[in-house]
Amino acid sequence: MSALPLKPGAEAIEAKGWLPAHKWLLMRRTSQLGILLAFLVGPWLDLWIVKGNLNYSYTLGVLPLSDPYLLLQALVAGQVPEKLALIGVAIVIGFYLIVGGRGYCSWVCPVNLVTDLANWLRAHLGLKGGAHLTRATRYWVLAMTLIVAAATGTLAWEMINPVSILHRGLIFGLGFAWMVILTVFLFDLFVMRHGWCGHLCPVGAFYSLIGKFSAMRVVLPQREACNDCMDCYAVCPEQQVIRPALKAIDGTAPIILDSACTNCGRCIDVCSKDVFAFGARFNHAAPIPK
Amino acid sequence: MTPEKVAKGSTRRQFLADTARMACGVGMLGLGLGLYARHATALPPAALRPPGALPETEFSAACIRCGMCVRDCPYDMLQLAKPEEPMSTGTPYFVARQAPCEMCEDIPCIKACPTGALDHALKDITKAKMGLAVLVDHETCLNFLGLRCDICYRVCPVIDKAITLDPQRNARTGDHTMFIPVVHSDACTGCGKCEKACPTEIAAIKVFPLYMAKGQLSAHYRLGWVEKEKAGGSLVAPDAEHQYNMPEGMKYEYGKGLSATPQETVPNNAVPPVPTFAVPKALQGGKL
Repeated sequence: MSALPLKPGAEAIEAKGWLPAHKWLLMRRTSQLGILLAFLVGPWLDLWIVKGNLNYSYTLGVLPLSDPYLLLQALVAGQVPEKLALIGVAIVIGFYLIVGGRGYCSWVCPVNLVTDLANWLRAHLGLKGGAHLTRATRYWVLAMTLIVAAATGTLAWEMINPVSILHRGLIFGLGFAWMVILTVFLFDLFVMRHGWCGHLCPVGAFYSLIGKFSAMRVVLPQREACNDCMDCYAVCPEQQVIRPALKAIDGTAPIILDSACTNCGRCIDVCSKDVFAFGARFNHAAPIPK
Repeated sequence: MTPEKVAKGSTRRQFLADTARMACGVGMLGLGLGLYARHATALPPAALRPPGALPETEFSAACIRCGMCVRDCPYDMLQLAKPEEPMSTGTPYFVARQAPCEMCEDIPCIKACPTGALDHALKDITKAKMGLAVLVDHETCLNFLGLRCDICYRVCPVIDKAITLDPQRNARTGDHTMFIPVVHSDACTGCGKCEKACPTEIAAIKVFPLYMAKGQLSAHYRLGWVEKEKAGGSLVAPDAEHQYNMPEGMKYEYGKGLSATPQETVPNNAVPPVPTFAVPKALQGGKL
């Protein structure tokens, strides 16, 4: 890739002002920290809005939410959950079918805060290069975790899953969980750019599969206004998703259909020409085949 | 080969190489993970699962590590395993010596469980089998030393069923009684109150997971007295009366051998003398 802009978003700040150029980023951080806080006020202040953790939670005694990837592992390991957990799965899958599968990664998952920090630091320290892996690795890891779950009859991935280890650790007591998280941080900082979330994490891979059919997308109502400033590529954690829609490769409609897109909305923020926006996939023609 | 075919062949080769590399790399990771997960399915002896927990091998698949049981425990004695602890990360446990199960009648931890990891069919907490108390150390148990400690017996929520006191003669003093605590596995829930309450520096009575604490007779074993009661009488024919064939006028004594008996004057019509040898009780038919 050609040199990415050193200060992505500078043009957008100039054109739109600081706040509009950080709108989705701020909302995303609010969402991530807000969800974490909702879990934390229970143990901290004895104020029980939501019990449990991201694996399964129960909000205000009415709303069960459960992680479909985890329950799938339990299922292949030979265990069927109770009714509430199943209702929780249905709600979660339904929700992400609407807002975009990997919305989980950028709006909910606490590890995103860690890897975003690593990536920010990597950019500011000017760290380049590192190991290379195809982004499809995560689907291999996803398949592996399911095979291991079936072969051992355990939720093997949960032993080391940084996502649940961090979230559970923050709520129920960290222990040595910080070491797992530090490893992920250092890996992303020194070994591989967007290494964990962008290449390896099977949780993200699973949500990305849900996202194949999800309704809400980043759309490009003004893609002809693009001035090739490259800011969107610089901030996007899944750069490969932008090009087909932005450059109409093979006649692709102006909509990011690649399910690896996390719907973080950072491209919307940093674009001074307002090329991007959130929208529904159905408002646009399906990609024209070759 | 045409250049097109060469290109096609090399992409195919590339694809196969990439696939093999990925399968091997991720496969190695999977092998490590699988072995690690298998190792972690053995529960350490000090850790007890909440009431109704499935057997450990199933539990580690059924429990989704959400911590709902921890939250709904009114006594806050459950905790989730941290990554460095030697059991499945994130699964709930308690340590009896720190905080035992208070055996709530409505069992809120089971109600909170969104999976079958804690068996929802368990409605009566006294039927729980979280573990089994074992009086492991006879040398430091105060009752074994002849004192009337009895604390484990008194704190037991299933008093007189899970732990009873068995009076035995104190051989040291010669004329006192020791009240030996005896745990009965059919009634013990493994709540851990006895271990928590044991007043010695390190508990003499401990609660272990069932797989460690409970023995099992071989399937072919039958207890004679149980079988007899079931059958309503002895199942074996009584022993035939033993005949002693001694030389006339001789008798046999244990340790002394044969000796002559002084000639008795017996009237001719009298019954022959009954041997004075006492047949052990167990050998008199019908008592087996």
